[in-house]
Amino acid sequence: MSAYILRRLLYALPILIGVNLITFVLFFVVNSPDDMARMQLGDKRVTQEAIDTWKAEHGYDKPLLYNAEAGGLGALTETIFFEKSLKLFAFDFGQSDSGRNIGYDIRQRMWPSLAIALPTLLVGLAIAISYALMILFFRATYIDFGSVVLLVAMMSISGLFYIIGGQFLIGKLFHLVPISGYDRGLEALKFLILPVVVGVVAGIGSSTRLYRTFFLEEINRDYVRTARAKGLRERAVLFRHVLRNALIPILTGVVAVLPLLFMGALIIESFFGVPGLGSYTIDAINRQDFSIVRAMVFLGSVLYIIGLIMTDISYTLVDPRVRLS
Amino acid sequence: MPVILITDALIFLLIAVAIAFGLYAARHEHLRGPWRQVGRSPVGVAALVVIVFYVGIGLLDSLHFHPLIEPMAPADLTDQRTDQRTDQQAPTYSTQVISVLDRWLSGLRERQEKTFSAPFAIQLFVKEAIEQPDGSLIRGYPRLEYGGAHLADPAQRDLDILLRGLFGMVKGLIAWTAVMTILIALRAWHRQQSFNDSASRIWRGETKTPWRTVLITLALMLVLSFVAAELAAKYHILGTDKVGEDVFYQSLKSIRTGLVIGTLTTLVMLPAAVILGIMAGYFGGRTDDVIQYLYTTLSSIPGVLLIAAAILMLQVYMTNHADQFQSLVERADLRLLFLCIILGVTSWTGLCRLLRGESLKLREADYVQAARSLGVRHSTAIARHILPNVLHIVMITVVLDFSGLVLAEAVLSYVNIGVDPTMNSWGNMINSARLELARDPMVWWSLAAAFVFMFTLVLAANLLADVVRDAFDPRLRGAS
Repeated sequence: MSAYILRRLLYALPILIGVNLITFVLFFVVNSPDDMARMQLGDKRVTQEAIDTWKAEHGYDKPLLYNAEAGGLGALTETIFFEKSLKLFAFDFGQSDSGRNIGYDIRQRMWPSLAIALPTLLVGLAIAISYALMILFFRATYIDFGSVVLLVAMMSISGLFYIIGGQFLIGKLFHLVPISGYDRGLEALKFLILPVVVGVVAGIGSSTRLYRTFFLEEINRDYVRTARAKGLRERAVLFRHVLRNALIPILTGVVAVLPLLFMGALIIESFFGVPGLGSYTIDAINRQDFSIVRAMVFLGSVLYIIGLIMTDISYTLVDPRVRLS
Repeated sequence: MPVILITDALIFLLIAVAIAFGLYAARHEHLRGPWRQVGRSPVGVAALVVIVFYVGIGLLDSLHFHPLIEPMAPADLTDQRTDQRTDQQAPTYSTQVISVLDRWLSGLRERQEKTFSAPFAIQLFVKEAIEQPDGSLIRGYPRLEYGGAHLADPAQRDLDILLRGLFGMVKGLIAWTAVMTILIALRAWHRQQSFNDSASRIWRGETKTPWRTVLITLALMLVLSFVAAELAAKYHILGTDKVGEDVFYQSLKSIRTGLVIGTLTTLVMLPAAVILGIMAGYFGGRTDDVIQYLYTTLSSIPGVLLIAAAILMLQVYMTNHADQFQSLVERADLRLLFLCIILGVTSWTGLCRLLRGESLKLREADYVQAARSLGVRHSTAIARHILPNVLHIVMITVVLDFSGLVLAEAVLSYVNIGVDPTMNSWGNMINSARLELARDPMVWWSLAAAFVFMFTLVLAANLLADVVRDAFDPRLRGAS
């Protein structure tokens, strides 16, 4: 098992190098640091000195790949590629363009993100699975048909409307919870309710429909027919056989997104003023802070790959038919 | 003078591809059968009718041209005798680029109010100082410049709206009757039935293609559009936004943006996904490793972040090379295309993976093995045996992806990494409307308009996608 995990981790390395190269090309080759400085300084007629000062302040004044002036190993390390891209592998994210330590910010902000994303995932999962089971129980009736229509309609609404509508209904109309903001400790609870509810409602359409297809696939299997032939009641068939087998794709799908929960929900966080990584990213995009965006791209890829590895491992854990190879 | 923007050209290319594919599918039963099944599903045809309406508006909005500038009035010209000749010989064109739809809706486009006004309002939404006839100033809601300006007495508004609505409805019903008559006549002629026979079959729902559903949907859409057109001539039926622009006009203009994102993205990504996916599955070995590495790497970057990074870089490039773009429209258009490409880059990996898996299976099929052992070249084997057998996967993906892309546009524009802020899009409408939600009373109409237009399109696309998938997915076909 550990040998397998190790091999998967080694396999992830070239992918991360690839991601790193892509971001490097995107951020430094497509546009030179001079272009970026000019963009940041905002004026078309900025002097070369101003550009040079900006570059020196933010550490963009080195050559891209090879520094001929520095001797020895310095020729390779005193470069933008080493300073800005390779250091990401050590999770050394450096300074943002506005001078803050990105690593510190990320460590601070991932907890509020998690505090929203995890309840959203769990509650959403519980509701979606129960709803899908209910549809399955009433399959091929009007309840089934009506539910599917409802789910498709829910899927067709942009997430933005759920957020805006949720804020309007629950926050403004009923004054149940604060509209936006965040607090430390237990006080945060009342700020969390609204984003979690909105996140759950926005996701129910697609997830329930997906789970319904999983369930329908299982219910036509031979073992279900056998179970029925043995005289098991419908409830026992559904819960003991169908649910447990359909949970395999559902749970492995959930495992794949677990690491990404740290990244937070982009829109929801920025809309409800939660100081998580999602709103951090959005703010960085709006302020055109390239260092943060670069760090988040790398972080996101790392988490995605961890999710992939965890999915493979969880398959072998829940489904004995799958063997490590 | 016609102008062809890059996305216009690609749209025409897309239509050509779609027609070519349609002709191909019509001659091959394994593609024709499922489509026939789509055509027999009431949900499928109803969704198709709605989508056709959207596509029609989108196409009208894709025919761009420089409008002719009206020659100056003769009175002015007498002063400038020397210019007169040149003016008459060479027609002058405005530098502005507008589309056929703009020309068609020129009334809506030009009737700009000062600022917000509610749907069907005849007064502005905000109070202003109004000068009374006797010279005194009072604060009140001034009448709109255009919305309901034909009314002498504001109290007549409701009756006027009702009458105009009814008139529009009658017009719509007339148009519908005409279309219906043609349809029934064509069908009767095709089947060699009498007109009455054909009509009664349709209304009793006995036709294989659910023509009754088609006609009902068509009636709904036609009546709605005629009523809207009739009312929009005198009112702002969906209100006006902050700068007084008609929201109905904005919503209609946004259709093209949504459609372009939904379709061109797939068109842009298709060649790479199909070629690489088939190659990876068919050749295996080293080729497979390289291609798998490529798409795993790309898909491991969270999509939004990759798009954000790319769009930020494009912005840097555009601000530094502002002189390369002739007009704002051209610049916005390029950004739209770029957005499609980058969305394609983030979304091709799923299709590529599916195609790889399918080609991996097909490679071992007897007929491919037989072709190979008879000395057929790899390229021929792929073109003749693999490609036709994975086409259904491509088609399902195209249809399934569409609605997701339309929704993605809204989110991206909301984060300011979507289409150009000057371009009409539902995302931009939502984005600018959200700032006005804090007002009391609320300015809700921009949001509502974007919601209705987007929801209709995405719902239709989702329903169609469901039907198409059911028709093409062999597993489901066996089960039902």
